[in-house]
Amino acid sequence: MSYTRTTSLLSLGMVLAMSALVWADADDDQLIVNDEIEMITEAAAPDHMENLDTLYSGWRFRSDETQAFQMDDFDNPAMVFVEKAEEVWNTAEGSEGKACASCHDAPDTMAGVRAVYPKWNEDAGEVRTLEMQVNNCREEQMGAEAWKYTGGDMANMLALISTVSRGLPMNVAIDGPVAETWEKGKEIYYTRFGQLELSCANCHEDSYGQMIRADHLSQGQINGFPTYRLKNTKLNTVHARFKGCVRDTRAHTFAPGSPEFVALELYVASRGNGLSVEGPSVRN
Amino acid sequence: MKRALGVAAVLVLGAAQAQASEVKPTDVKFEDGAIAMSLTGVAGDVEAGAKIMNKGAGNCVACHMIEDQSQLAFQGEIGPMLDGAGDRWSEAELRGIVANAKMMFEGTMMPSFYKTEGFIRLGNGYTGKSHEGDVAPLLTAQEIEDVVAYLMTLKYE
Ligand code: HEC
Ligand code: HEC
Repeated sequence: MSYTRTTSLLSLGMVLAMSALVWADADDDQLIVNDEIEMITEAAAPDHMENLDTLYSGWRFRSDETQAFQMDDFDNPAMVFVEKAEEVWNTAEGSEGKACASCHDAPDTMAGVRAVYPKWNEDAGEVRTLEMQVNNCREEQMGAEAWKYTGGDMANMLALISTVSRGLPMNVAIDGPVAETWEKGKEIYYTRFGQLELSCANCHEDSYGQMIRADHLSQGQINGFPTYRLKNTKLNTVHARFKGCVRDTRAHTFAPGSPEFVALELYVASRGNGLSVEGPSVRN
Repeated sequence: MKRALGVAAVLVLGAAQAQASEVKPTDVKFEDGAIAMSLTGVAGDVEAGAKIMNKGAGNCVACHMIEDQSQLAFQGEIGPMLDGAGDRWSEAELRGIVANAKMMFEGTMMPSFYKTEGFIRLGNGYTGKSHEGDVAPLLTAQEIEDVVAYLMTLKYE
C-alpha cells in the first residue's frame, strides 16, 4: 500500500534521473571487425528465454573508446595472446610428444567449435566446457599436464579457438542429455546468493542498461569470451568472471570448473544463442 | 599492560551496555514494512548517516542517485532517487526500508542491511570464501538510525 502511494512521486524522480543520463540501454553501434566480420550484436531472444525479448552483446554497452579496440585486430590487445597460443598449438608437449597440430592440423579446423560449447560428450557421459575438452586432450592425447582452468595458457588457447568462429551465431544445445544440467544452471542463475542476496538475473536480466555505481550493466552474455579487460590488462575466462560476480554479492563462490559453474555456463551460453561468437572481445 | 587491560575492560563494558538496549536483527518487529521503535534509543547522527551513502558498508549511491550528495561521482540508477525521501516516507517506514527493504517491497533487489539469517552461501565479506562464526549485519543498529536520520533531512521544501 505504501508502495502505490509513492510510485507517482518516485516516477517524477526517475524522469529527472533519466534526463541526466549519458547512457541508457544498449547503444545503436554496429560491430564489423576488420571491415570484414559482421557480428550479430542484437538478436531476437530464443524461445527458452522467458523474460527477455532481445539479446544484446556486452559490446553494445561499452563506451565508443572501448568498442573501438575490438573493431580491428591491430587495435585489439588480446591478439598478442592469440599469437602466443598459435605457437603453443604447434609445440609438442607431454609423454606422447604431440602438439594440438598433430591431431587437428591448423587452428582453423576448429571453426564452429566455440559456438556449440558447452556440449555433451557421449563417451565421457558428461557436459564438457571447451576448457574441459582442451585439458582432456592434453591429458589423454598428449600425456601433458592439465592447464589451470582460468590460467593464462588456457585463456590464450580459448582465444585462438574463438577467433576462428568469430561471426558465427552461438548455438548450444539445451535438450536431450544436457537438459538436466541446463535446468541446474538456470536455477543457479536465479538464486539470490550472499549477504547482498543478488542473483545473476537481478543485475543482468532485470537491470541491464542501468548504471550500478560506475558500471553500465550488460546482459552478462558470454559470447565475447575470453575477454581482454582494460581494467586488469589480461584475458579473462568465463568462470573467472562468474567467480568475480558471485564474490561481489558477498557470497561463498563456486570454484572454476566446478559442476555448478559448468551448469551455469551452459545456461548462460544458451541465453546468448543467436549472438555472434566475438572472442576475444575487449571490455573495460 | 595493566592499564591497557583496564581500557579494554571499559570498552567491552561500553559495548555490552550499548547492546543491552539494542534491538537485535532477529528481534526486529515490522508492521506494514515499517519499524516504529528506534533500534537503539539513541538519536541518529545526520552527518554520520550521510557518510554511509558512499562506498563502504552502505554504498547506497551504487544504486541510488542523491543530488544532496552530488560530490559523489558515479551514482547508480537501479533504485529511485533518494532526494525527497523524507517527504515521501515516515521515519518508521524509512527505518523498515533500510533494515530490510524486502518487508516493504516484495522481491526488491535492495539488500537487507539489518539482517543476519537466511542467506544462501554466505561469504566472508568480499573474499569469495565461506563465512565462519557470528554474522554481523551490513550496518549496525546505530548506523541504521544514522542513515534514517539523514534520509529524514532529504526534503524538498
Ligand atoms: C592425439 C590426438 C589429439 C591431440 C594431441 C589433441 N587433441 Fe583435441 N581432440 C582429439 C580428439 C580425438 C577429439 C574428439 C573428442 C571427442 O569428441 O570425444 C578432440 C577434440 C578437441 C576439441 C573439440 C572439437 C569438437 O569438435 O568438439 C578441441 C577444442 C580440441 N580437441 C582442442 C585441442 C587442443 C587445444 C589441443 C592441444 C592443446 C588438442 N586438442 C590436442 C584428439 C587430440
Ligand atoms: C551486483 C551486480 C551483479 C551480479 C549479481 C552479477 N553481475 Fe555479472 N557483471 C556485473 C557488472 C557490473 C559487470 C560489468 C559490466 C557488464 O558487462 O555488465 C558484469 C559483467 C558480467 C559478464 C561479462 C559480460 C561481457 O560482455 O563481458 C558476465 C558474463 C557476467 N557478468 C555474468 C554474471 C553471472 C553469470 C552472474 C551470476 C552468477 C552475475 N554476472 C552476477 C554485475 C553483476
